[in-house]
Amino acid sequence: MYTTELKDKSQKQAATPLSAEDPERLAAFEARVAADDFIEPKDWMPDAYRKTLVRQISQHAHSEIVGMLPEGNWITRAPSLRRKAVLLAKVQDEGGHGLYLYAAAETLGTSRDEMVEALHSGRAKYSTIFNYPTLTWADIGAIGWLVDGAAIMNQVPLQRTSYGPYARAMVRICKEESFHQRQGYEIMTTLAKGSAEQKRMAQDALDRWWWPSLMMFGPPDDNSPNSAQSMRWRIKRESNDEIRQRFVDATVPQAEAIGLSIPDADLKWNEARDAYDFGAIDWEEFYAVVRGEGPVAKERMAARVSAREDGRWVREAALAHAEKRAVRLAAE
Amino acid sequence: MSKEWPLWEVFIRAKNGLAHKHAGSVHAADARMALEAARDTYTRRMEGVSLWVVPSVSITASDPGEAEALFAPAQDKVYRHPTFYTVPDGVKNI
Repeated sequence: MYTTELKDKSQKQAATPLSAEDPERLAAFEARVAADDFIEPKDWMPDAYRKTLVRQISQHAHSEIVGMLPEGNWITRAPSLRRKAVLLAKVQDEGGHGLYLYAAAETLGTSRDEMVEALHSGRAKYSTIFNYPTLTWADIGAIGWLVDGAAIMNQVPLQRTSYGPYARAMVRICKEESFHQRQGYEIMTTLAKGSAEQKRMAQDALDRWWWPSLMMFGPPDDNSPNSAQSMRWRIKRESNDEIRQRFVDATVPQAEAIGLSIPDADLKWNEARDAYDFGAIDWEEFYAVVRGEGPVAKERMAARVSAREDGRWVREAALAHAEKRAVRLAAE
Repeated sequence: MSKEWPLWEVFIRAKNGLAHKHAGSVHAADARMALEAARDTYTRRMEGVSLWVVPSVSITASDPGEAEALFAPAQDKVYRHPTFYTVPDGVKNI
């Protein structure tokens, strides 16, 4: 679904200064990246590039996996068989996206277990958006429309990110993502055209998800310390504020078209900029959620940890079975 | 009779950014020789920038007899495609 570039504790250990690298190799690397060449797993790369990628791709993977929880919450209570089949298919896609991304990160020399352990111990982050609760069915509409909409805006430029395996995972993900936003918008459209109560429900979901969705693009450019290096290395292709603006410009008319209003008194079309001006984002709330103070952060991690622990015997049994079969085959 | 050299499957990356793609196979005594044989056999006209060779016996292929059971269930899941959903007239960027 999406990643915000968040710092985690492992980053503080990323102390290898660039100057310690072989300057000739570094210059050749920088030139390749600047020429829009892709970097592949066996190519030489600066240590900081590798570490930044492991952090970003694993956070992205964690976000996909944790992102299954808020929507999974409504699978058994979907209002029709059609909606249920669609939601199941969407949540299944998110699981697949997590797996593509973990596999891309593993090409950099980390392991699945290390990444999962970093998430479960709280060292690794995931997108703040998934620490908000899904209170009504309309939230499923709002997530597809806004959260997946924001994710697409962020992920489209990442199809040209400089690391080959990450770029290829993003191509696959973007292709699959295309139905996610539409199914969410369809839910919102149906509710907005329904009874007064249904419309209220849709508006309430938009009111609660709008600002957290804008926060998904990460801190403003002037307060995003990793951005400059990531842009230079083409890990990131566009700035947080640029993508956020594009999202606002695309989404406001979509809300108007179905008679919902964006919960921002300062929102106004700016003729001169050919873009919407919008109100100030509450970054205190964002940083609080990053610190793990989101409304349902503890439940989310508890759910992931218990899924891992409850599944342990299955993983062990499968391995034991495979080993037993190998021994039997060898004896035949 | 001497033992036959094992078979290796050859994968070529045409250029950075693209995934390795299966090109064919070679016989070779070991991995190094397989790489060299693959280079001589499959990349004489700048077909690629990177090679993988994998022992053919390491590949587990699906059974063609199971193809329907494996892949047909995806056929009636049209809701996995964006065209399944109606978007109101005039709504853009979605």
